Amino acid sequence: MSAAAALACLLSLLLAPVGCSRPETPAGKGLERIRAAGVLRWGGDTQGGEPYVYDDPAKPGHLVGFEVELAAAIARELGVRSEFVQNDWSNLVPSLERGTFDIVMNGLEVTDARTGRVLFTRPYYVFAERLMVRSEDAPKMRSPDVASLKGKRVGTLSNSLAFEMLRGTADTVIYEGVEEPYTDLLRGRTDAVLLDDIIATRYGVTKAGLEVVGDLRDGYYAIAVRPSEPEVKAAIDEALGRIAARGELRKILEGSHIWNARQERLASWSAADQAEMLGQPPPPPAFGPAHVVLFLKGAAITLLVSVLAMAIAVPLGLFLALVRMYGGPAARFAASAYVEVYRGTPVLLQLYLLYYGLAPVLKLGALTAAVVGLGMNYAAYEAEVYRAGMQAVPKAQMEAALALGMTTRLALRRVVLPQAVRHAIPNVTNDFIALLKDSSLVSVITVVELTKQMTITAIDVRTWLGPGLTCAALYFAMSYPLGILARRLERKLEGERNEEDAAPEPPMPPTVGVGT
Amino acid sequence: MIAIENLTKRFEGRTVLDRVSVKFQRGKVSAIVGASGCGKSTLLRCINGLERFDEGRIVVGELEVGPATLQRIRLDVGMVFQQYGLFSHMSALANVMEAPLHVRHLSKSAARERAVALLEKVGLSHRREAFPRELSGGEQQRVAIARALAMEPKALLLDEPTAALDPERKAEVVKVLESLAKEGTTMVIVTHEPSVVRGIADHAVVLKSGRVAAEGAPAEVLR
Repeated sequence: MSAAAALACLLSLLLAPVGCSRPETPAGKGLERIRAAGVLRWGGDTQGGEPYVYDDPAKPGHLVGFEVELAAAIARELGVRSEFVQNDWSNLVPSLERGTFDIVMNGLEVTDARTGRVLFTRPYYVFAERLMVRSEDAPKMRSPDVASLKGKRVGTLSNSLAFEMLRGTADTVIYEGVEEPYTDLLRGRTDAVLLDDIIATRYGVTKAGLEVVGDLRDGYYAIAVRPSEPEVKAAIDEALGRIAARGELRKILEGSHIWNARQERLASWSAADQAEMLGQPPPPPAFGPAHVVLFLKGAAITLLVSVLAMAIAVPLGLFLALVRMYGGPAARFAASAYVEVYRGTPVLLQLYLLYYGLAPVLKLGALTAAVVGLGMNYAAYEAEVYRAGMQAVPKAQMEAALALGMTTRLALRRVVLPQAVRHAIPNVTNDFIALLKDSSLVSVITVVELTKQMTITAIDVRTWLGPGLTCAALYFAMSYPLGILARRLERKLEGERNEEDAAPEPPMPPTVGVGT
Repeated sequence: MIAIENLTKRFEGRTVLDRVSVKFQRGKVSAIVGASGCGKSTLLRCINGLERFDEGRIVVGELEVGPATLQRIRLDVGMVFQQYGLFSHMSALANVMEAPLHVRHLSKSAARERAVALLEKVGLSHRREAFPRELSGGEQQRVAIARALAMEPKALLLDEPTAALDPERKAEVVKVLESLAKEGTTMVIVTHEPSVVRGIADHAVVLKSGRVAAEGAPAEVLR
C-alpha cells in the first residue's frame, strides 16, 4: 500500500465516527439481549450526583441515590439485575447510541433536541425550572418569566431544558458541573442561575446570599432508550407503571426527600400525558450559513485566546529561561519549580484552580482566566524552547563578548538572545499550533470557543457530520499555514547551520614536541 | 605589563597550574608553548577573568585581577580564541563595530570608520558584508583579531589562534600576527605549535604539567 493510500485510510478512520450510524438491533432483540444477559446496564455520572446516583459517604465504592433504587426496582420487574455504568454526563446520549449501556437514567430532562434522538419512557420525576439570584437582586425579580431575563447573564448546564428555554433571550453561560453555576452567581460572574429544583435545592439554596425567585415551568426526568428498541421502552413503561401504582416510586422519592405535590401525577400517567410531555418538537434546524457564522465567531474566540495566551507565554517563557540559566540559586530554583509544576500537571486542572479555586481571592473573568491560564501553562514550555535556543549559541561567542568588555546583561541582549530567538522560532510556531487546539479546554470555564460551539450546534441540529467537518476545517485553516511557516523557517535555519558546518575546520594536527 | 606571581589553579582536585610566576613585557611578543593539557590556555584565561584561580596574583598594568577590576582589565586586554567566537548573526563589519558601539559608546560613524580600517589591515576589505558562516576559518580568525583590536587594547591575548586552521589559512593569520608584532603590539600567544611563534616571539615560556619548565629567548627554548 502506498503511503498516500495508507494516509487516506487513516484519515477516513478519523472522520468515520463523525458520520457513524448507531448500532441497529433488530426489533425485539434489545429486550431479549437484556434478559439473556440477566442484567440491565444503565448509564449515569456520579460527579455532582447527589441525590441521583453518588458514592455512599459512609461506604465508599457503594452507590446510593433515588435512581439507584429505581434502577434496581425496574430491573427486578424485568427479571434481571441492574448494573451502573459511569459515563461523562454530557456524553450520555452519544454513549447510549454507541451501545455502551442499555438505557440512560440520570436526571435526563425531556428536551426537544433529545426527543428527536432517543425514545423517552414515561417520566419518573416532575421537576421545576427554578430561578435563583443573589439576595440583593431578589426584590427586583418579582414574578419572573423567561422574557424578563433578556440580556442578563444566566448560568445553566449545557444541553439542558433551561438552555433551550434561554436561547435567544438571555446571555447564557454554560457550565459542565452543578456546583460552579451557583458559586459564580455568588461571586457576581453571572446575574442568575436557571436549573432544576433538585439541583437548586442541593447546590444553590444551601449558599447564603442566594435566593429563589420563582419556578418558570415544569419539566420531566425520563429514561432514554435507543430508538431501535421500542420494546425495551414498552417494558420499562410497564415496569414504571407498576412501581408507581403500588406507591413504591413515592417511597423511593420520599427516601431522598424529593417527593412533592408535583409528583402526584406520576402514578396515573396516561398516553395523553406522554404525548403532551413530548410535545411536537420542531424538526431540527438544518446545518446552514447561520451556524457557520456562529462557528466563525467561535474560531475568532479560539484565535483571540490563543494569540493573547502566546503573548503572555513568549515573554514569560523567555524570562524564566534567562532566570534558569543566569539567575541566583534561589531564583533559579523558583524558575525550575515553575517549569516543572506547570509541565507536570494537567492544564485542565490549572484552569479549574485559576477560575474556580482562586475565585474567593481573585475574581477573574472567564476570558481573562482562559488567556492567563493557558499563557502561564505555555510559558513553561516556551521556557524550555528558549533554554535550548540559548544553549545552541556556541559558548565561545559569550566568552568573546565578555572578553570585549561587555557585561553579561549586554552580551545576552546583543549576542545570545537574538540568536536564541531565531533558533526558537520554529518551535514557538509549532507550540502555537498546539495551543490553538489546547484552547478548546477553556470551555470548562464557560468560554464558548470553536469546539464548544461545535458540540452545542451538533446537538441542536442532531448530527455531528456537518458541524464536525466544519469545525475541523476551521482548525485546519488556522493551523496549516502556520505549519508550513514553521517548516520553512526550520529549513532556512538548517541551511544556515549546514553552511556553518561546511566552513573548513580540519582536525587538530598532532602535537609537535617542544624542548624542555 | 602583565605580571603573574605564584598562580595556582585546581580543577576537580587536579592541579592545573602549580605556582606559576612569569612576566610579559610591554611592546613584546610572548609565547606560551606546551603540550595540550599543560595549562597554558588556563593561564591565559586567568588574565582576563574568564577563569578563576585559587592562589597567587595577576597584575595587569597597575591593576590586580579581581572581581572589582575585571571590567577595566577586559578593556585593557583583548582576546582571540581558537574557535574565533564571531557573532553568527552579524556581518564581519558588524562584529568589529559591536563592542566600540555598545561598550565604548562610540558614534556609529566613528565605529564604522575604525572597523573599516581594521578589516583592511587584516586584508578583508572585500569581505566586510559577509556573515561568519560565509567566511573560511582563516578569514574568521582575521575578523576576530580585527574585532579585538577595535577596542584599542594595551595587550592582545591569543589562545591557539591557528590550531583550527589548515596550513594555508594558518599562513594568512601568521602574516597578520607578524605585522602586528612589527608595529610593537603587546601580545601573548598560546600555542602547541612552536613553528607559529618562532619568527614572531621575543620571549617564550614552556609549560609542562602546570609548571614553568623553561623560559627565555625563543631560539634557545623552542628547539
